[in-house]
Amino acid sequence: MTTTKTAPRDFGFGEDEAMLQEMARKMLGERLPMDKLRTLVAAAPEPIYDRGERAPWDKELWSEIVELGWTGLAVGEAEGGSDVSLAGIAGIVEEIGRHALPSPLIATLMASLVLRAAGGAVAGALLKRIAGGATASLAITNGRGSWDPEHAPLIASGEADELVLHGGARFVQDAFKADFLIASARLGDTLVLCAVETAADGLRLETDHIHDLTRDQASVHFNGVRVGASSVVTYEGAVVLQAVWPSLLVLVSADLCGASERLLQTTVDYAKERVQFDRPIGFFQAVKHPLVDAMVEIDRARSLLYHAAAEVDVASGKAEIAARMAKSAASDAAAFISDRAIQLHGGIGFTWEYGLHIFFKRNMHNQSLFGDGVHHRKKLADLLIGPISTSPNLARDPAAN
Amino acid sequence: MSSADLSQEQREFGEYARGWLAENAPPPPPERLPITPIEVMTVGQRDYLQAWQRKCYDAGLVGADYPKAYGGHGHTGFQRIANQEMNRAGVPFLINIVGLSMAAPTILQHGTEEQRRKFIPGCLSGDEIWCQGFSEPGAGSDLANQRTSAVPDGEDWIINGHKVWTSLGHFATWMILVTRTSKDHKYDGLTYFLCPIAGQPGVTVRPLVKITGETGFNEVFFEDVRIPDAYRLDEVGKGWAVAMTTLLAERGASEGAGSGGGGGESAIRDLIELARGTWRDGVLAADDPVTRDAIMQRAIVAEGMRQNAKRARVPALCDHPMRLPLQQKLTGSEFQQNNARLGVEIAGAHSTLYKLDPSAPQAGHWPLAYLNSYGNTIAAGTNEIQRNILGERVLGLPKTK
Ligand SMILES: Cc1cc2nc3c(=O)[nH]c(=O)nc-3n(C[C@H](O)[C@H](O)[C@H](O)COP(=O)(O)OP(=O)(O)OC[C@H]3O[C@@H](n4cnc5c(N)ncnc54)[C@H](O)[C@@H]3O)c2cc1C
Repeated sequence: MTTTKTAPRDFGFGEDEAMLQEMARKMLGERLPMDKLRTLVAAAPEPIYDRGERAPWDKELWSEIVELGWTGLAVGEAEGGSDVSLAGIAGIVEEIGRHALPSPLIATLMASLVLRAAGGAVAGALLKRIAGGATASLAITNGRGSWDPEHAPLIASGEADELVLHGGARFVQDAFKADFLIASARLGDTLVLCAVETAADGLRLETDHIHDLTRDQASVHFNGVRVGASSVVTYEGAVVLQAVWPSLLVLVSADLCGASERLLQTTVDYAKERVQFDRPIGFFQAVKHPLVDAMVEIDRARSLLYHAAAEVDVASGKAEIAARMAKSAASDAAAFISDRAIQLHGGIGFTWEYGLHIFFKRNMHNQSLFGDGVHHRKKLADLLIGPISTSPNLARDPAAN
Repeated sequence: MSSADLSQEQREFGEYARGWLAENAPPPPPERLPITPIEVMTVGQRDYLQAWQRKCYDAGLVGADYPKAYGGHGHTGFQRIANQEMNRAGVPFLINIVGLSMAAPTILQHGTEEQRRKFIPGCLSGDEIWCQGFSEPGAGSDLANQRTSAVPDGEDWIINGHKVWTSLGHFATWMILVTRTSKDHKYDGLTYFLCPIAGQPGVTVRPLVKITGETGFNEVFFEDVRIPDAYRLDEVGKGWAVAMTTLLAERGASEGAGSGGGGGESAIRDLIELARGTWRDGVLAADDPVTRDAIMQRAIVAEGMRQNAKRARVPALCDHPMRLPLQQKLTGSEFQQNNARLGVEIAGAHSTLYKLDPSAPQAGHWPLAYLNSYGNTIAAGTNEIQRNILGERVLGLPKTK
């Protein structure tokens, strides 16, 4: 009992982490205020929704972000990164969510976390590229509604010095902003993770026509993509993805928490200003109380988020439960405040121009990404109650005991 | 105990408390105990619980952080540890809840040196049981609408009026009492007293029966009750401010003098056990996906509350200092209510059985816990009032009243 590692009482969120978050909040607040965000991603609906174009993003701001070293946040110092803890990264990602930043940062952070978990020379070289500003994304999801990392989207064949990949990866985040992908493929009994350039021969990115205006998403078709030994990250793909899964959930949860707090504060501000029946609408409890309930839900999600990050950072062995709880709570809190934010703004909240929908859609996207609340509670039940017995038998009859 | 959180002294004290509780856990009670102190009904329960509090007090687990001059043990940061250990050990709760979490902190802040020395020791040891005389027939949520009058008469005061919902009034020797001393000002016309109850001429305590059919709270009538001015707490006309100190302490914004047992840590375990032992549509409830999801929702809230308590101590992760502390009463009481409701649901038709029915699961715990849970969503400021407070003080929305 005494040998289990325990997370520090401040979740490992000390002065340095607080400074990083503060800096990110300030920078994004200045560089991506609401009017700028609106002009950038929601100038008009037609290009994106009618013509299926990808939402624009600010490449100038992205170079600043690369300059600040944020692509290297999850990269070790040996590879030229800044080796920030997951708690510290969660702080920055909350700000990304709060400002609904369109960028390849989160996808790249996820790829770096996978590479770090894999270890070895191939991963090391890729991490160096990322620390230097390269971008990446994960192509690890198939189209059959499974978030189980075992259910790889691709089939690999061939020998150790050259693999050939076939198949289709779905829901690849910000694929069009990525220099390379980390793809997972089934190779006999093993799961192999490979790095594949998005410009590789035999690889085709197909734009998903999506609601969210703050990212792109792709279906990636692999038609005999050749991968040399220098691009095979690991043959222990299942173990690596299993181990890194909590960290991925932490990143999405952090994004959800940041965006949800933004929606809460925006709606609170509106409820103080908008006057009807001679009073600011926030006076009325049908407005006030749901906002309190949203705050309670966001706070729960946020506490669980930092708890999960801290459990990952100290490798306590409790990270999976903590992270699934965080993602479930964050998804549900986000759904609730997104709903109330639009409703409590009245007609103006329903307009394209006002822009609440930008956060609503980003949340809606993240709520299902890597599994929604129901999905994670199902997994949690397996962990905390035990797997469902499919063949009820008398031995399980409580009266028989 | 998460050792990384604590100072050397706190760790040692935690070990001591754990050891002491393991060796001194009381024998089973002579009769079944209720779930919370405000439901204590019989003399047998009282005697047992009062003896237990005395023992904990003597061992240093109650009043740990109070100065020695006032009967405390003179430490800092120990009470939190003691509370955790008492919770964990699953020992009975401390009966003198009003004395510990309301009277003692209020007297410490507003009392004269003499009052502190006279009254606080009995609160901590449990030798004097306290009750709270705030609510009246016309003064519930609108607490300042007090009618009970206190009129000066030489060195004494004469009290007349009617208090309701007085928990523990049937066992109390003392009451914290709010009275009206001036009709000219709603809030500034109130004065706070420490009032003897048991055997006091002019005081009549009459039991009220709750929805469960049990007693537990009372109404208290005052007819020309004479008490000395030495029992007035703080100045005449300052009663509202003093009452606010009491309410803040009551609503969990302070560590209190001690609160043992009855904690929510085992709540989820209990629900899982119930589900494992209950058939539902031909399978065990523990194998029913909907039930599993519902239990996991509760588990996430339970963990969220624990992590909220932790995050409340990390200023860098708190936007507003009162944001998390002010949520405790709301989330805690609804947590218990929702758990109990789920227990009733899982038990299904068996939850129709009253505790005296021999086949009632967990001796009829779930339906009674559910009925009783409304005590906590109503008492100590209803949860609607809590939502007003959070909306106004934390989110800054316009005041309802
Ligand atoms: C089990 C139990 C133990 C108690 N123990 C004690 C005790 O020991 N000592 C003591 O002094 N008191 C005690 N109380 C009293 C308790 O503090 C009051 O019941 C509570 O403050 C509510 O007052 P009320 O019952 O008059 O309800 P009301 O104030 O009449 O409220 C009725 C309903 O209206 C709602 N409401 C009222 N005002 C507003 C508003 N402004 N906005 C929104 N909704 C509103 C309430 O939330 C509630 O749902 C106890 C109560 C219970 C249930």
